[in-house]
Amino acid sequence: MSNFAQTFSSSLGKKLIMSLTGLFLCTFLVVHLIGNLQLFKDDGGQAFNAYSYFMTHFPPIKIISYLLYASIIIHAVYALVLTIGNKKARPVAYASYKGEANSPWTSRNMGILGTILLVFIVVHMSNFWAQYHWGELPYAKYEVSLTDPQDVKVTPIPFNASVAEPAHADYVDSQAGKKVLIAKDLYKIVNESFQQWWYVALYVIAMAAMSFHLIHGFRSAFQTLGWDNNKFVPLIRFLGVWVFGVLIPLGFAAMPLYFFFK
Amino acid sequence: MNLTLKVWRQKNAEAKGKLVTYKAQAISPDMSFLEMLDVVNEDLIKKSEDPIHFDHDCREGICGSCSLHINGQPHGPKHAITTCQLHMRSFKDGETIVIEPWRASAFPVIKDLATDRGAFERIQQAGGFVSVNTGGVPDANDIPIPKVIADEAFNSATCIGCGACVAACKNASAMLFVSAKVSQLALLPQGQPERYRRVQAMVAQMDAEGFGNCTNTGACEAECPKEISLTNIARMNRDYLTAKIFKEEEV
Amino acid sequence: MKLDSKIPEGPLAEKWPKHKFNLKLVNPANKRKYTVIVVGTGLAGASAAASLAELGYNVKAFCFQDSPRRAHSIAAQGGINAAKNYQNDGDSVQRLFYDTIKGGDYRAREGNVYRLADVSVNIIDQCVAQGVPFAREYGGLLDNRSFGGSQVSRTFYARGQTGQQLLLGAYSALNRQIHLGKVKMYNRHEMMDIVKIDGQAKGIITRDLISGKIESHEAHAVLLCTGGYGNVFYLSTNAMGSNVTAAWKAHKRGAFFGNPCFTQIHPTCIPVSGDHQSKLTLMSESLRNDGRVWAPKTVELAKKLQKGEIKVTDLKEEDRDYFLERKYPSFGNLVPRDVASRNAKEMVDEGRGVGASGVAVYLDFAEAISRLGEDAVRAKYGNLFDMYYQITDENPYKQPMRIYPAVHYTMGGLWVDYNLQTTVPGLYCLGEANFSDHGANRLGASALMQGLADGYFVIPYTVGDYLATIGPKPVDVNHSAFAEAKKQVEERIQKLLSLRGTKTVDDFHRDLGHIMWEYCGMARTEEGLIKAKGMIQNLRADFWKNAIVLGVNEEMNQSLEKAGRVADFLELGELMIDDALSRKESCGGHFRVESQTEEGEALRDDENYSFVSAWEYLGDNQPEQLHKEELVFENVKLSQRSYK
Repeated sequence: MSNFAQTFSSSLGKKLIMSLTGLFLCTFLVVHLIGNLQLFKDDGGQAFNAYSYFMTHFPPIKIISYLLYASIIIHAVYALVLTIGNKKARPVAYASYKGEANSPWTSRNMGILGTILLVFIVVHMSNFWAQYHWGELPYAKYEVSLTDPQDVKVTPIPFNASVAEPAHADYVDSQAGKKVLIAKDLYKIVNESFQQWWYVALYVIAMAAMSFHLIHGFRSAFQTLGWDNNKFVPLIRFLGVWVFGVLIPLGFAAMPLYFFFK
Repeated sequence: MNLTLKVWRQKNAEAKGKLVTYKAQAISPDMSFLEMLDVVNEDLIKKSEDPIHFDHDCREGICGSCSLHINGQPHGPKHAITTCQLHMRSFKDGETIVIEPWRASAFPVIKDLATDRGAFERIQQAGGFVSVNTGGVPDANDIPIPKVIADEAFNSATCIGCGACVAACKNASAMLFVSAKVSQLALLPQGQPERYRRVQAMVAQMDAEGFGNCTNTGACEAECPKEISLTNIARMNRDYLTAKIFKEEEV
Repeated sequence: MKLDSKIPEGPLAEKWPKHKFNLKLVNPANKRKYTVIVVGTGLAGASAAASLAELGYNVKAFCFQDSPRRAHSIAAQGGINAAKNYQNDGDSVQRLFYDTIKGGDYRAREGNVYRLADVSVNIIDQCVAQGVPFAREYGGLLDNRSFGGSQVSRTFYARGQTGQQLLLGAYSALNRQIHLGKVKMYNRHEMMDIVKIDGQAKGIITRDLISGKIESHEAHAVLLCTGGYGNVFYLSTNAMGSNVTAAWKAHKRGAFFGNPCFTQIHPTCIPVSGDHQSKLTLMSESLRNDGRVWAPKTVELAKKLQKGEIKVTDLKEEDRDYFLERKYPSFGNLVPRDVASRNAKEMVDEGRGVGASGVAVYLDFAEAISRLGEDAVRAKYGNLFDMYYQITDENPYKQPMRIYPAVHYTMGGLWVDYNLQTTVPGLYCLGEANFSDHGANRLGASALMQGLADGYFVIPYTVGDYLATIGPKPVDVNHSAFAEAKKQVEERIQKLLSLRGTKTVDDFHRDLGHIMWEYCGMARTEEGLIKAKGMIQNLRADFWKNAIVLGVNEEMNQSLEKAGRVADFLELGELMIDDALSRKESCGGHFRVESQTEEGEALRDDENYSFVSAWEYLGDNQPEQLHKEELVFENVKLSQRSYK
C-alpha cells in the first residue's frame, strides 16, 4: 500500500479526514451565516437575491462549493465507516454501561446528531439549492433610483413555463436614473417556506443538533490534529462553545423564526 | 452489608457466557472489592462450585492486573483508582452490583471476568522502546532534561496497562494507552532518534488489533486509574501526522 | 559437598574486574546456538532476558502474569540506590558497600556487596538511556533523596513509583528483543519443575495457565528470577501471586537454600483492618524522610485512643513519644528497617499501640506540612497519601497515618556463588529469589539495585563462562529426564485435584501465615519455634487430607494454582523454622529473643554464626542438611551495629 493510502486507511488518517472536512464545513458556516444575514434586510430581497446570484456564478466560489459538497459527502461516509469499525470493536455490549459518568452526552451522540444534520442538509438543499438551480423560480425586478437609494420599485415576474426565462440583468439605466436588477427571486421562496410551522420547527431542531454537534466537534477536530496546547486550547474551547455552539446556530435559527413571525 | 452480585460467568473463550446472580453476605465496609469477591469465592468453593475467576495480583493499584467493569464503569464508581483499591464503603447495603469483564474484540474473554490483553503487549513490542543495549550508555547526567518535561514524561509513563481506557471508551479505542506510551518517549531526548518510526509502528499495530477509533469523548481520561491525560492523544496524533506527511522516515 | 562461593582473590575493588577478565567468552557466531530460559520477568528477569538476547543468545522467558510488566517489582515505591555522589555529600562505592554490609548486620559476602555497589552507577545510566523518567531538578539533572540506614542522599526515584518505572524500562528492553525475535515470551505460564540431565539444569516443565497444558522447554541454562517468598506469611506486601514454587522445586532438585529465615519486616505498612484482609500495603520508606514516628507516652492514653474516646489530634505534644528520635538521635526516623520495625512492635507490646486494634503506631507529617507546606508534601508523596486514604478512609494531611510492620522482603533464597549459579550447574538465581548481597537485613532502595545489577551487569558475563564450558550441543527435549519430570508434575497435579476436603486452600494459607507471623516473625524464641515446627507439620498433613481443590487441570483453574503454591509454602515454612532454630544469634531481621543487648538491640554472635546457612534437601519428610559457608571479612571491622 502506498504511504498515502496507508495513512488515510489508518485510524488516525480517517480521523484526520473527519477533522479537516469538519473544520472546512465550520468555515463554510461562518460565510454562509454572514451572507444570509442579507435576509434580514427589509429590501424585498434585493440584496439577498443579488448575493445568491453572486454565490452561484462567481467561478472561485463555484470551485469552493464543489469542495464543500465533497466535504459533506466524505465527512458522512467516513463517519459511517468509522462507526461501523467502532461497533465491530465491541461485539458484545455491556449489560450495564454508564457513559454519562465519564463523558458528555454530545460526544457520545455525534452520529445521531450528524444524521439529523444530514437529513436537514438534504431537505435544505433540495428546497433551496436545487430549486435555485433547476426549479421553476419566479424573478424579481428591482429598480433603484440613483439619486435616492431608498426609492426602490419591485416588480415580481412570475414563472411562466411557456415563455423563455427572463435573463438575469444588472445594469444602470442612466437615462431613467435607475439601477436595475433582474434576478431569480429566491427570497420569495425562502419567505414562503418559512410560513409553514413544521418547516420552521425542522430548522430549529436541526440547528439545535448542529449546536451540540459543534460543541464537541469543533474542539475535537483540533484534538485530532494534535493542536492541543494549553496556551491556545482555552481559545479553541471558547470558540467551539460560544461561536460554533451558540452564536452560529442561533443566527441560523433566527432566520426561519424571523420570517415566521414577521 | 449484604449485596446482590450479577457476575459474568463464562467457562472459556469459546463458551457462551451469562450473568449469574450471587449473594454476598456479611461484607465489611473496610473490605476491598476484591476481598469481597474472595469471600464469595470461599463460599462457592465450600459448596463445590467453580469460583469466579478474575485477574488480580498486587492489590495495591500498580500492577494493572485487576480489570472489572463494575456497575457500568471500569474499576467501579470512584475516580482515579483501580478495582483492588475500591472499598466496599463506596457501596450501599442491599445494593445490586453488576460485574462484567472488559468488553472489546481486541480483549477476548478467557474465563469469567478475565480477558486476554495481549494486544497491549504486541503494541508495545512494535516500538515502545528506545533501542539501546545494556552497557555503553552515557552517564545519566550527560542528558539534562528540563524538570517539567521529565515530569510530563513521568505522568505519561505511570500508565499501568490495565485497559480501563478501552473498556470505558464507547468505541473500545486504545488511543489513550498507545498515546501514553508514545508520549513518554516522544517527550524525552532519549526517545528522539526513533520518535517518528515508533509512533507509526505502534499505531499500525493498534489498528491491526481491531481497536475502535477515538471520538474524543474523554471517557478514557475520566476512567483512567492513573489519570493519564487526553493531551497524550493529541501529542500522538501530531507525531503520527507529522511522520506521515512531513517526515521521510519509513515504517 | 563443599560450598564454593568462588569469590575471586585479591583486593576488594579488583575482584570483579579481574573475575570478568578470567571468565570465558562465547564467540558471537556461537551465541545464537545457545538457548537460555529465564523464569520470572521482574527487574532481574526482564533485565537478564533482554541483556542476554542483546548479546545474541536465544531466550525463552516465562511469567505467570498476563504480562511481564506486572511482575511485583512494579510495586516498589521509594527508589534505587547508586553511588553516584551527584549530591557531593560524601558518597562513594566504598560507602555504599559499607552501608550495605553494616545494614545487613554483617551477614553478607564482602565480594558480592562490593560488586553490587560498584555496578550501581551503571544501572542509573542504563535506565536513563532507556527513557526512565527519574525525578529531576530544575537544572535538568537527576534528583536524589535519602533513605533509611544511610547518611547520604543516594536514592534515585520516580515519585513513589520507582519500581514501576524501572520495570517498564527493563520491560521495554525485553519488548525490543521480543520484537527482534530473540526472546520468545510465555505469559500465563507457571514453572512446575526443573529438568536436570547428568546433574546439569537443562530445562523446565511449565503449565500453561489458560489451557492447563504441561509443556517441556529445553535450554542450555536456566535462570530463576522468581522473587521472594514473603507470602509464606499469608499477609505480606507481596502480590497475591508471588510464590516460592520455582525456587522450591529447584531446591528439591538439588539447589541449596540460603538463610531461609532472613525475612524483612517493613516498618511502614498500613495496619491490618480485619480477618478478611488479603494483603498488606506498604507505605514507602521514603515517608520516614519527612514523617515522624511516635506513640502515645502512656498506656492510658493509648487505651483511650483505641476506644475512640479521644482523637489523635487531641494529643498534646508532650504526650507524644517520638521513640525513634529519642532512642537513635543520629539516625532518628531513618534507622534501618529491622530496627524501626522492632521498636514499633515494642510499643505495641507495651500496650501503647493505637487504632481500634491497638496494633499500630503513628507516622506524622504535621511538622513537614508546616515546614514545607501541604503542596510540597503532596508533590513528594501525593500518590502514597492517596493510597492511604483509599484504604483507610482517613486523611493523612489532617491526621497522622497509622502504620505497623509487615512482611516485605526475603533476604534468604537459593544459595548462589559469585557467578549467581546455584549448587545445580547451569541453574542460576537472580534478584530477590537468591540469598546474596543483603545479609540479614536489606537497606531501603537496595532491592531494585540488586535485581538490576544481577540482570544487566552480572549474569551476562557469568552465564557466558558456563555456556562456553558446556559447548553449544543442542539439548534433547526427548531425553527421558523431561518425560519423567513431566510425569511427576502431572501426578502431583492429579493428587492435588483429588483433594475434596472441607477447608479451602486459603484457610490453610491463613493458618500457616498465623503460625509463621507468631513464631517466626519479628521476635523468635527457641520454645516458640519448636512449637511452630510441630504445628506446621500437622497443618501440612491436614492439607493433604482436608483441602478442597476444585475443577480439572485442562482449564484455567485458580484453585489448582493456589493449591500448588500453598503446598510448597507449607514445606518451606518448616525449613524457615529449622533455620531460625539453628541460628541462635540475633542479626538484622532475625531477632532471637534469647540474644539481645541490654538495650534490646539484636546481639550477633560472630564467633559462632558468621556464616551463611545453606540447606540441602534430602528427600520428602527428611530433615534437611545444613551446610555452612563461612563469611570472611577482610575489609570491614565487625562491630555491634549502632544507629544512635
